[in-house]
Amino acid sequence: MKWIAATLLAALLVLLPSFAGEFYLNLSSQILIAVIFALSLNLLVGYGGMTSLGHASFLGVAAYISALLTSRYGWGHGPAAIVSILGTTVMAALFGVIALRATGLGFLMITLALSQVLWGLAYRMSDVTNGDNGIPGLTRPMPFGIPLDSPAAFYWFALIVTAFAYLMMAIFVSSSFGSSLKGVRDQPRRMAALGFNPWMIRWIAFIYAGFWGGVAGLLYVYYHKYIHPASLSTASSAEALLGVIAGGSGTLGGPVAGAALVLLLKNYASAYTDRWNILLGLVFLFIVLVMPTGIVPGIGKLVARLRGGSR
Amino acid sequence: MIAPTSEYALEVVNLKKAFGGLVVTQDISLAIRPGERRLIIGPNGAGKTTLFNQISGDMRPNSGQIKLSGADITRLAPYRRAHLGLSRTYQIITLFTGDTLEHNVTLGLLGLRPSRWQMWRPLSFYGDLANEARRVLDAVGLLHLAAHPVSDIAYGEKRRVELAMALAQKPRVLLLDEPLAGLSNTERSQVKSLIASIPRQTTVIMIEHDMDTALDLAETVTLLNYGRVIVDGDRDAVIADERTREVYLGV
Amino acid sequence: MQFWIIQGLNSLSFGGLLFLLSSGFSLIFGLMRLANLTHGAFFMLGTYFGAIALRTYDGLNLWVTALGAGFAVAAIGGLFERLVLTRLRSNPLGQVLVTLGMAFIISDACLVLWGGDSIPVPTPQNLQAPTRVFGFVFPTYRLVLVGCAVASALALYFLLERTRLGAMIRAGVDDRQMARAVGIPVSNLFTVVFCLGAGIAGAGGVLGGPILSAYPGLDADMLPLALIVVILGGIGSLLGAFIGSFVIGLIYTFGTALFPELAYIILFLPMIVVLAFRPQGLFGRVGA
Repeated sequence: MKWIAATLLAALLVLLPSFAGEFYLNLSSQILIAVIFALSLNLLVGYGGMTSLGHASFLGVAAYISALLTSRYGWGHGPAAIVSILGTTVMAALFGVIALRATGLGFLMITLALSQVLWGLAYRMSDVTNGDNGIPGLTRPMPFGIPLDSPAAFYWFALIVTAFAYLMMAIFVSSSFGSSLKGVRDQPRRMAALGFNPWMIRWIAFIYAGFWGGVAGLLYVYYHKYIHPASLSTASSAEALLGVIAGGSGTLGGPVAGAALVLLLKNYASAYTDRWNILLGLVFLFIVLVMPTGIVPGIGKLVARLRGGSR
Repeated sequence: MIAPTSEYALEVVNLKKAFGGLVVTQDISLAIRPGERRLIIGPNGAGKTTLFNQISGDMRPNSGQIKLSGADITRLAPYRRAHLGLSRTYQIITLFTGDTLEHNVTLGLLGLRPSRWQMWRPLSFYGDLANEARRVLDAVGLLHLAAHPVSDIAYGEKRRVELAMALAQKPRVLLLDEPLAGLSNTERSQVKSLIASIPRQTTVIMIEHDMDTALDLAETVTLLNYGRVIVDGDRDAVIADERTREVYLGV
Repeated sequence: MQFWIIQGLNSLSFGGLLFLLSSGFSLIFGLMRLANLTHGAFFMLGTYFGAIALRTYDGLNLWVTALGAGFAVAAIGGLFERLVLTRLRSNPLGQVLVTLGMAFIISDACLVLWGGDSIPVPTPQNLQAPTRVFGFVFPTYRLVLVGCAVASALALYFLLERTRLGAMIRAGVDDRQMARAVGIPVSNLFTVVFCLGAGIAGAGGVLGGPILSAYPGLDADMLPLALIVVILGGIGSLLGAFIGSFVIGLIYTFGTALFPELAYIILFLPMIVVLAFRPQGLFGRVGA
């Protein structure tokens, strides 16, 4: 049953460009990027028990590094991508050292403060970042000489990267390190007594999450060909967190569904209103008050109950 | 593993811990030989669990020294102590409730192995871990529940999982914090024979209020009161000591 | 010389504003174990209320306006606490997320109601003339602002240390279970403290108006400063919030004046130093 659904979904994703129009292909590409980003945040929130409100830092910094290197310094996309991901990962290592001085709400506050500082920096350092105007006129890379300018080509590219990211993160959480991480989330004191180094485990997970956040950031800037300080904002971090929690944190499917939902909502809402932030806030209230465990586990429970009832 | 360089498995020297003005352990000194069975008794608030927390590294003492087989571990992080052969159980059951019994015990095994850092292979790749975990569960009589989540099993069984996680590590020094707390008579005798069967390579230090059962298991006894060692020595001598009677009977 | 003195006073007055913002945040966190991310929005709401009231009614007194706006914001905070936060008492993460959601709602609502342009808040007429001391010229309003912050710090100190309500709050900060066990109505206390914190932030928003004016994004500018103050000073500590506010006020003001592009990075530094050596904050008793 599960396999049939997965195969159908895979077939749908692969065949999408053959029947979907440009609008839907572009929307799908954006969803794929949001999915990578939510999955990486979920490594922290769901599997590590570290609720970060600063994950957009990684997306934004990776995007800015790539944008600056390619547009201002004339680098090729290949080296720019490598430096951008490397730089983001190093930044994650540094941020991790600072933020992991605390756990729980302290961790949340520090990640929020750090990301707000970066956001402020992107606004104020207009010599470098072009401030509120953002950096327009960027290009997309041409992997193996294939241009990604058409919606279909970019969709394929994003799909491949997303599939790879999903696979890597799925392997990560089911590995023995993943078990260590979940153990530290549930019983840090016991884990330390058993010989695990909780701090190191959290730190490594933080860096890994930062890495994939950076990958999402690269795709983000390739897609939009533009970058603005807003991508570093709390709202950007919060949207991803909403996706993770709405879908169901600590599951692999949850953030995928949640991120897709938030992006669709944002997209359709923006057709009718500019008040996305009010809607975002209301959805936050609704999700937390009404379905705190998320949609995917909620549906799972419902299915289990229906099956139990039919027997 | 470092070679034992001391005649003591665990040595505690003048250990002091205070929270603000409240002194919880004061000048505690203990010397426990390899293979010894030591019982630590004392009224509530005598500082027994605080002593354990300092030995295991959950709390830093204000002053004093802790040595494991002669090596100074006073300032080591808890996980490093585990790698030197120290294990503990908790008075308040501290298990991974959503995971199976097998997974719980596997974590105990994983904690001491380099494969805990392995990010590419699933945990199930390590078949030897699972086999060993099942062997330990068998030893505590819980093999039939190996695939059940901890949240499904009875309280007395959880106590045995606590023990199994620690035993799986084959520790040199094992700290048991009230392993009999809240058990029925039947469960008590089950756990008692389990503790009695711990091999002599493991030194056992146990906090327990149930004297009837615990005294049978102990060779030596330390009596704590108000954070100090009152009496310390062979079981029968400590029981016979007047000061023990004073603490327990208040005369 | 004039530059240093003026910037010194600016940093003191900004520090005073930060105290009005972060003292409530710290109290709420200390008692309720809640990182109230709506706090920046409460401050901004106060500024807008003040700006609109003063624009609409000519000759309205700034101090009366601040008091009124404080009560209005306290009422909004109280409603939010009663209607939403009380349902999530056993879900600390959920609480933070709804305060974040609420912050988005307020922030965006301000934009809808009052537009994207900044609205100035006039300095009271009798405080517009500069004060001269030893031949140096000081903006009078900023001097008064520092006085306000010190006065409210003293009032808060008196409230916490000398009144029955304060004794209950302190008991709750130290040990919530124990406070409940000895019969302190902790749930009501939460509401009171939340209203109080929101109210101070709202009134502080009005008083900050003549310096900052009301603009969209004020909340996002202020909230991280409050977070950094509280991380620096220690959670739940009034003294920590006081010292932290003036330290951050100083660093931020001089940073902005001397290295305008790097002011935000400079804010990092004290936070990192404190986290490295004293993760519980300068005056905090426990870690977050």
